[in-house]
Amino acid sequence: MILEAQEVRKLYGAYVALDGVSLSIREGEFVSIIGPNGAGKSTLINVLTGGLAPSGGTVRFKGKDIGGIGPAALARLGMARSFQLVQIFPELTVLETLQASAVSRLGRGPHLFASLRGDRQVQAEALEVAALFGLGDRARAPARELPQGDKKLLDVASAFALRPDIILLDEPTSGVSTADKHKVMEILVGAAKQIGLRAIIQVEHDMDIVFGYSDRVIALHQGKVLADAAPAAIRADARVVDTVIGRRSPHPNPLPPGERVG
Amino acid sequence: MRSPVALAPVVLAVIAIAIVALPAVAPAYYVTLMLPFMAYGVVLLGLNLLFGYTGLVSFGHALFIGIGAYTGAVLTTHAGVRHMELILPAAALTAAVVAAPVGALCARYVKIYFGMLTLAFGMVFYTFLLKFYRLTGGDEGMRMLRPYLFGSEWAGFSKTAYLIGPYYYFSLAVLALATLLMWRIVRSPFGLCLKTIRDNPLKAESLGVSVPRYRWYAFMISAVYAAVGGALLAPPTGNVDPTLAYWTHSGNIVFMVLLGGFSSFFGPLLGAFVFIFLQDTVMSVFPYWRLIFGAVLAFIVLFAPGGLMGLFARFRPAEVGRP
Repeated sequence: MILEAQEVRKLYGAYVALDGVSLSIREGEFVSIIGPNGAGKSTLINVLTGGLAPSGGTVRFKGKDIGGIGPAALARLGMARSFQLVQIFPELTVLETLQASAVSRLGRGPHLFASLRGDRQVQAEALEVAALFGLGDRARAPARELPQGDKKLLDVASAFALRPDIILLDEPTSGVSTADKHKVMEILVGAAKQIGLRAIIQVEHDMDIVFGYSDRVIALHQGKVLADAAPAAIRADARVVDTVIGRRSPHPNPLPPGERVG
Repeated sequence: MRSPVALAPVVLAVIAIAIVALPAVAPAYYVTLMLPFMAYGVVLLGLNLLFGYTGLVSFGHALFIGIGAYTGAVLTTHAGVRHMELILPAAALTAAVVAAPVGALCARYVKIYFGMLTLAFGMVFYTFLLKFYRLTGGDEGMRMLRPYLFGSEWAGFSKTAYLIGPYYYFSLAVLALATLLMWRIVRSPFGLCLKTIRDNPLKAESLGVSVPRYRWYAFMISAVYAAVGGALLAPPTGNVDPTLAYWTHSGNIVFMVLLGGFSSFFGPLLGAFVFIFLQDTVMSVFPYWRLIFGAVLAFIVLFAPGGLMGLFARFRPAEVGRP
């Protein structure tokens, strides 16, 4: 068990965003979290990534209670994340962005007078990840000049460059064109193998992606776990289909991308 | 990114030679004008670590200039410590002691809140200098005795000879060392972490960079630089007074950084140089020099946000003759 949440509750005043959520992520799993607007997905991510302290219950990562320890500490502990709305360093180049991850991972941040350029390990790790994500030929471009799809890739790549045990991807294909989204996912899955990630969690609205890549799907509804099962079982679950997936077409996208609130 | 890269070392070498040779060829008056330039140069290198590299604008950095200058004055007049080689580390240490709690508090805030908080601490220190006149001499300030340099008293030197000779080269050595160290800092893994914070603190946190801690480090370093520069500022006038720590002085150094260009390593140095010599020229022909400087500042903000270095960068390709 790498990550385990037990009876996690999160209240905003009187509003119950998470109402006793329990889940566990095991070695080698690719788990998707789905749910309609307001189901509590964002809150759950923020609790799982240490940004929010749960109002009740515990979150354990590698056996350690990580409730509210903060994203920086959690990243150093081995859990990385990417963002739904692309987060990059506009003025840094692709390579510098990935070097920043390597510097952080290797604990080189406090090296005040060391030469970054002379740090072979940092350089090599950054180049390797750039190549894995197909960003090698844009390595010296400032991040702000990248096309939108590459910005998204860079956001994810910099999280991978931390070589975490587990990564949490918040809508990895939002803002990516339909034609490119499978390409993006192939890159992610390939990179995860190369880097040796132990598990991937993603929050995703796109059911093609959810059912195409997950080992397991967790459906949230009104702050509770509605179902937690293999993709085939989820698709056969009438309650999930009604509340989350929808019935009209086999793989509809139930919500406009990027419009999630809860 | 093409030939200017190869050009830069040549330009730097020419400038360095010119500065070293200046006392031999230029009138003493202009040589003494270089002294505040070099002192402010050190201050601005530090200020820009905070401003250009970490994304925090301090409106209270005159606080640390004041600490540096007063440390020198107190040591030379009250403690009998005259060696500049001791005064500078003492100024740095005092600044670090003050900056540790101030920075820890300020680093938790960003943007205007950070600026206002630094301004507030600057005003507190200014008031301290005014009111504790037994130690500080109040609004009249106190004398800074001529410090010893390179282990010598330079007793036979007139004030001018001292300033354009040993003191000039001492200041230059300090500026050179400060520049070299800062050059390494901004190109270190640490410098990269600061740039991630400047660009996107949320993302930096998610990559494991502890944002408040690094902001605090940057604040400490910039305070130490400001104090060393402040200590260098005092001997040419031989006097320190509370206006060194006043908020308009903080404003002036922010102006210098903007003038030269905060997104360039050497921009702040250029800004200090142009400010000092422009101020001298304008003041000699026009009493309302602040009017001119206000107009210059407005022009920079509106039309040249990259400062003078930004303007150079814009025209450089044409100048070099390549598209």
